[in-house]
Amino acid sequence: MTGTFAHIRRLARHPSGLFGLLLLAAIILMSVSAGWIFPEGPWAMVGPTRLHPGVDPRFPLGTDTYGRDIVSAIFYGARVSLFVGIASAAIALIVGIVVGAIAGYFGGKVDDALMRLTDAFQTIPNFLLSIAIVGIIGASLPTITFAISIVAWPIIARLVRADVLRLRTYDFVQSCKIIGMSDMRIVFQQILPNCMAPIIVTTSVLVANAIIVEASLAFLGLGDPNVMSWGTLLNVGRQQLRTEAYITIVPAVALVLTVLALNLIGDALNDVLNPRLKERT
Amino acid sequence: MTQTSGPITGNGTKKAGPFAALSSPLGRYILRRLVQALLVMVLVMVGSFFLMKLAPGDFVDVLAGTRDLTAEQTAELRARYGLDQPLVIQLVRYMGLLATFDFGYSPINAAPVTDVILARLPVTAILVVASVSLSMVIGTLFGIAAARNAGKPVDLGISIFMLLLYATPSFIVAIMLILVFGLKLGLMPIAGYESVGMGYTGWQHIWDVTRHLTLPVVALCTFYIAIYGRIGRASMLEVMRLDFVRTARAKGISEGRVFYVHALRNALLPLITMAGLQVSSLVGGAVLIETVFGLPGMGRTAYDAVLQRDTNLLLGVIFTSSLAVVTVNFVIDMLYMVLDPRVNLK
Repeated sequence: MTGTFAHIRRLARHPSGLFGLLLLAAIILMSVSAGWIFPEGPWAMVGPTRLHPGVDPRFPLGTDTYGRDIVSAIFYGARVSLFVGIASAAIALIVGIVVGAIAGYFGGKVDDALMRLTDAFQTIPNFLLSIAIVGIIGASLPTITFAISIVAWPIIARLVRADVLRLRTYDFVQSCKIIGMSDMRIVFQQILPNCMAPIIVTTSVLVANAIIVEASLAFLGLGDPNVMSWGTLLNVGRQQLRTEAYITIVPAVALVLTVLALNLIGDALNDVLNPRLKERT
Repeated sequence: MTQTSGPITGNGTKKAGPFAALSSPLGRYILRRLVQALLVMVLVMVGSFFLMKLAPGDFVDVLAGTRDLTAEQTAELRARYGLDQPLVIQLVRYMGLLATFDFGYSPINAAPVTDVILARLPVTAILVVASVSLSMVIGTLFGIAAARNAGKPVDLGISIFMLLLYATPSFIVAIMLILVFGLKLGLMPIAGYESVGMGYTGWQHIWDVTRHLTLPVVALCTFYIAIYGRIGRASMLEVMRLDFVRTARAKGISEGRVFYVHALRNALLPLITMAGLQVSSLVGGAVLIETVFGLPGMGRTAYDAVLQRDTNLLLGVIFTSSLAVVTVNFVIDMLYMVLDPRVNLK
């Protein structure tokens, strides 16, 4: 694992990657410190209603229609975004890697069956399936995470399958077979470590996408009613767009910056992990 | 690939008849893609069935909520609709219904689901077709401009712009467009499909609808403009290094002609595959955009169905849009085969 440190150092030297890392660090800091800085929680009506930004230094970004502090909502919303983003990406990664590895390694009928399943999940418009699942089984953080990850795994599965399909013909895999290594060990110990680069890069896209879908669901009123998400604020702000546009703009900027940070990190990781590709762009 | 081209005639080993074409590699490829598409639709149906079973209460419970039914009546209804049968039998029955476009009755619209979907389909179809074409054209133009000026400030500027478009979710773009062009500048209509009560006909009507759909289409486009821009740029730079481009240059063809005629045609191929993926995600995105702009399309219908627990309608929309996606992808595969003869039929 000596390479990990070197990768992080190279990432930090990549200018746009560094910018992405700093943005992400700020978001993580917000979500961690939310409880200390705003112990009263994001739902507390702490000030006058519809206070515009910059009027009262106690509420630098103003208050919403219920007099809730918008800065506090952004801090707590960062928590929700990061939780849903990381949790759904993790589930999608596990399912996608297992499905892709099995399909690619065993090939034949197993591969055909798993690929049709993957096709089916990529055919159904993903957001449609997500709102259907959340609508039918109810909105809570776990169900939202499930509804996001169930449509996200196919990308990983395809990626892993293609790599495993390629790598299984290599000499080192044949050697493993000859010395009698079990299929499980060959796939998870020998093949997978060799196709981590594209998986790691795609993970940043998965997290970004999960954060967008969570905000979209909450914006539509299909979010977990017990947590303050950036989408919740967007939903409140939508009705006040004409007079209190800041209620919408502030969480929108937070969302875009978070997604931007993850995209920049993903692009930088791509350069760092595939140095040979760099000359092609 | 030496003996693959075309239906084989004058070849004594091939039998004539309606299925002769199927034994050629091309025919077999088309057949295999059709079977794959059908299998995917079967899986979508099975998935819909389980979604329906996840919903609390069945169709009879929904009905019982709207009128008084005795225990015997509900039992009779369940028997009539086969809800007392084993799960497998119910699944087969359900798939038979879906395959014949019989999605049942929509309580919230008091109409058959098929009628509701047919009425809402055109708006979404217009949105999707317009967005795919517009984003492809604009994105490719950006990609070309960036590749033509690779490494120069223009390239950097376009790259940064693409990065921003790529990071902004479509519904955020929609809200910002409403805020700027609708509320602040008052230039564009921000809700609905047409001006109500104006009684426009002919060209006036078309112009009116175009104005109403402009902001929604732009909102659906921006993310994909970024994708086409990025792919287009990478694809152009890739093609410009190939041998045939060097040959064209060696023949003394002007750099502009090499770029725009020789390279561009070949660089466009990967973009077509993207369009197939885009359709599926646009239908999903239409849920948000149609809701924000109050458009009577399929996405808005799905959202209303979720809110009012109209499972029949929801699954009808999912099935119809999946069928559309499968069809589009099949057509694109066939198109790709025509455009790129090198494509591997295996």
